[in-house]
Amino acid sequence: MKLNHLDRLEAESIDIFREAVAESERPALLYSIGKDSSVLVHLARKAFYPSTPPFPLVHVDTTWKFREMIEFRDSTASELGMELIVHKNPDCIAQGINPFDHGSAVHTDMWKTQGLRQVLDKHRFDAVFGGARRDEEASRAKERVFSFRSAQHRWDPKNQRPELWRLYNTRTAPGESVRVFPLSNWTELDIWHYIHRENIPIVPLYFAKERPVVDREGTLIMVDDDRMPLEDGEVPENKMVRFRTLGCYPLTGAVESTATTLPEIVAEMRAATTSERQGRVIDRDQSGSMERKKQEGYF
Amino acid sequence: MGQPQVQVDLEAEIAEQERVGLLRFITCGSVDDGKSTLIGRLLYESKLLYTDQLEVLEADSKRVGTRGGELDFALLVDGLAAEREQGITIDVAYRFFATDRRRFIVADTPGHVQYTRNMVTGASTSEAAVILCDARQGVLTQTRRHAHLVSLLGIKHVALAINKLDLVDYSQEVFDKISEEFRAFASEIGIREVACVPLSAVNGDNVVSNSDNTPWYTGPTLLGWLENVELTKDEEDLSGPARLLVQWVNRPNSEFRGFSGRVLSGVLRKGDRIRAVPGEAESTVERIVTMDGDLDEAIVGASVTVVLADEIDVSRGTVLAASDEPADVANAFQAHIVGMDSNDLVPGRHYLAKIGARTVGFTADHPKYRIDVDTLAHLPAKSIGLNEIAVANVHFDVPVAYEEFKRSRDLGSFIVLDRLTNATLGAGMIDFALRRSANVTWQQLTVDKRARAAQKGHQPAVVWFTGLSGAGKSTIADLVEKQLHAQGKHTFVLDGDNVRHGLSKDLGFTDTDRVENIRRIAEVSSLMVDAGLIVLVSFISPFQAERDQARELVAEGEFCEVFVDTPLDVAERRDPKGLYAKARKGELANFTGVDSEYERPENAEVHVDTTEFDPEQAASAVVAKLRDMGVI
Repeated sequence: MKLNHLDRLEAESIDIFREAVAESERPALLYSIGKDSSVLVHLARKAFYPSTPPFPLVHVDTTWKFREMIEFRDSTASELGMELIVHKNPDCIAQGINPFDHGSAVHTDMWKTQGLRQVLDKHRFDAVFGGARRDEEASRAKERVFSFRSAQHRWDPKNQRPELWRLYNTRTAPGESVRVFPLSNWTELDIWHYIHRENIPIVPLYFAKERPVVDREGTLIMVDDDRMPLEDGEVPENKMVRFRTLGCYPLTGAVESTATTLPEIVAEMRAATTSERQGRVIDRDQSGSMERKKQEGYF
Repeated sequence: MGQPQVQVDLEAEIAEQERVGLLRFITCGSVDDGKSTLIGRLLYESKLLYTDQLEVLEADSKRVGTRGGELDFALLVDGLAAEREQGITIDVAYRFFATDRRRFIVADTPGHVQYTRNMVTGASTSEAAVILCDARQGVLTQTRRHAHLVSLLGIKHVALAINKLDLVDYSQEVFDKISEEFRAFASEIGIREVACVPLSAVNGDNVVSNSDNTPWYTGPTLLGWLENVELTKDEEDLSGPARLLVQWVNRPNSEFRGFSGRVLSGVLRKGDRIRAVPGEAESTVERIVTMDGDLDEAIVGASVTVVLADEIDVSRGTVLAASDEPADVANAFQAHIVGMDSNDLVPGRHYLAKIGARTVGFTADHPKYRIDVDTLAHLPAKSIGLNEIAVANVHFDVPVAYEEFKRSRDLGSFIVLDRLTNATLGAGMIDFALRRSANVTWQQLTVDKRARAAQKGHQPAVVWFTGLSGAGKSTIADLVEKQLHAQGKHTFVLDGDNVRHGLSKDLGFTDTDRVENIRRIAEVSSLMVDAGLIVLVSFISPFQAERDQARELVAEGEFCEVFVDTPLDVAERRDPKGLYAKARKGELANFTGVDSEYERPENAEVHVDTTEFDPEQAASAVVAKLRDMGVI
């Protein structure tokens, strides 16, 4: 008689949620609408049931997310009865920041990193849940479950608090905060298994469907709305594609696929030879770029 | 048509994950023993690397690799840019890999002496340890230190990976000699079983398959050992007494009051009689609630919400324990403590400790000894510094539910937190409760100054700041009070503002009135010292006689005179309240320094020259003096 693998992961994540909520004053869940966020929200519900999770969902909206993501976000929040805080960086709106004219680096920094800092400052959240996993990327592997941030939202990898046993040091001075990662010990495969076992809704973009895409230097970009500038003679082509990771549609590469069910996705993942973040344009600029972004306050 | 077939596969896959189980282990060893290379190779060999990761590895190997352009596996693991540049691992990294037999989470922990705290961090959640050593170097201080920490943290399964054997021509003699030396040391520190594996992580010898280079070695490969280590912890935890640690009181509405927490050991069943520890109150488990429906029982590791049949006092930190085998309660223990911060853990100072789900006041006595990890000798220690391991009696300000660390990691461990910086200063493991606290019978005390002070955890004292108007007395006194308060000391400041407006509002500024004013303040200070406080008095107090009188009102060692020495012209230039200007214009009579004398103290305990030191430095000097005097 013992807990199975997914039960253990679930129990540990619930434990982390409860610890963070019990020891913080203004917790929030950073909701990115992706599959990991779906799992995160599901675990939050389990952690506090029969109470509704005692914190809002926060979405840092870049206005360039897939439309299906926004629909999914709004319906999820209303079905669960959780407060949804959507923040769009007003400076970006004023300056019309977009990935085409300003490049992915400026776009991401202004909308996401700066936007996140604005919304965290505005609401003075002192514990913010995120869906990061240690298996995602090298610098993530070194992150604590409770990851301390200075009042300037900076992460100092050389000065992390030691994290012993299950005794999380959650204490912060005014202005400081902790990012809390309940999925730290999950792998991508665990996430898919759990979504399957628990029947957790995810954005339909993860499943293959005919979608209009253009080929940009080997990356398939979906033309999600008419803001996408087409090059001369470029015509969107309908292809069976799906997404392994979700973000701003102009920065998120699709993969050609016929996987329309979870088992097919997992089967495809098993056979895949590229890791999931590979579809993200921002990670590839330079190795080590994620660490730099995190030090500057990126989640 | 094909879909149901795939569906079955996924179900089977999930079931398969249950069978394989998970092993969390740490790797540790000295700098350059090849830990990162070993883990990189385990990831590589277990075929868990994706093509793009391999591409990055190939590119990085050429750019910053140390293997002349060949695959440098360490780069897979050394994720942080800073350490790539330095060529060393600086923090704990958690890595995932799997074989058909087991899934693994590896904590890769650094070998630098100043980062031992990270090794303790990694070890605290691990069940097995792989300690690396360089075949050319043999067993070093670091190897012993890591073995000792591994043993201290209760890890029972240990492998010594004797790496770089290729550099000693795969010599069996070298291997045997190191194995013997290490086994002898390990048995001394209570590690019963050690597997020694001859290895070359760079070439892959005995990592996943047995090497032709070591025909004399018949034991398992390193991966083979990891796959077959028998995990006994699960069964031990399951057979333990039922314990649920309450983390959060769940009150969605006035109808429902549940206690959310995790089962730390044993099995909690519906209908079980439980006791809420600390305390005597008992009740019965009425419901075990989860979002997937009520359960009849919750086993060790499960996170659930429990509803009790009776309204008894339960809050965060309470342990719901089997009533026939409740958890013990005490507030004083002998413990092993590992220093985790560059600031020492100082005996007598007030800290916080987190144990279970409670954060309570904490002080440590003077360490009985610290342990030389190389020789295991007991050395004297005044405090517990970074990376030091010491044994000390410790006191929590309230009784807590606990288990001895060797019985329970969850209820036998604690962390020590600094009230001021919030840093984690120490990692503690409870050896046993001190008898006088385990059997809580309060001794009848005469409540006197000593008893009141003991309750506060410091000695009462008067800290008397004297100096010209504008010298900076109140600024420094304020900083001192902040520091003391942050350390949990009970302080009170007496200054012109809160005394002149009340107690002394009938007094003016003639010499006689000044003397009377000082007399009253001295008497009030003395009463406050009797009450057990640290009184910070901030007054010009120009005359030596009155300062001496104040000194005589309290016992020897309870008076600390602080001369805030600022030259008249400097104080006059600052003139924060515009008083010098008024005095010079003749609007203020008897102003010290202008038309009333200031007698410089002859024997002040602390003399602060404010032209040389800023207020922060001055405050630190005062706090240091109080420490010397044994006040704090």
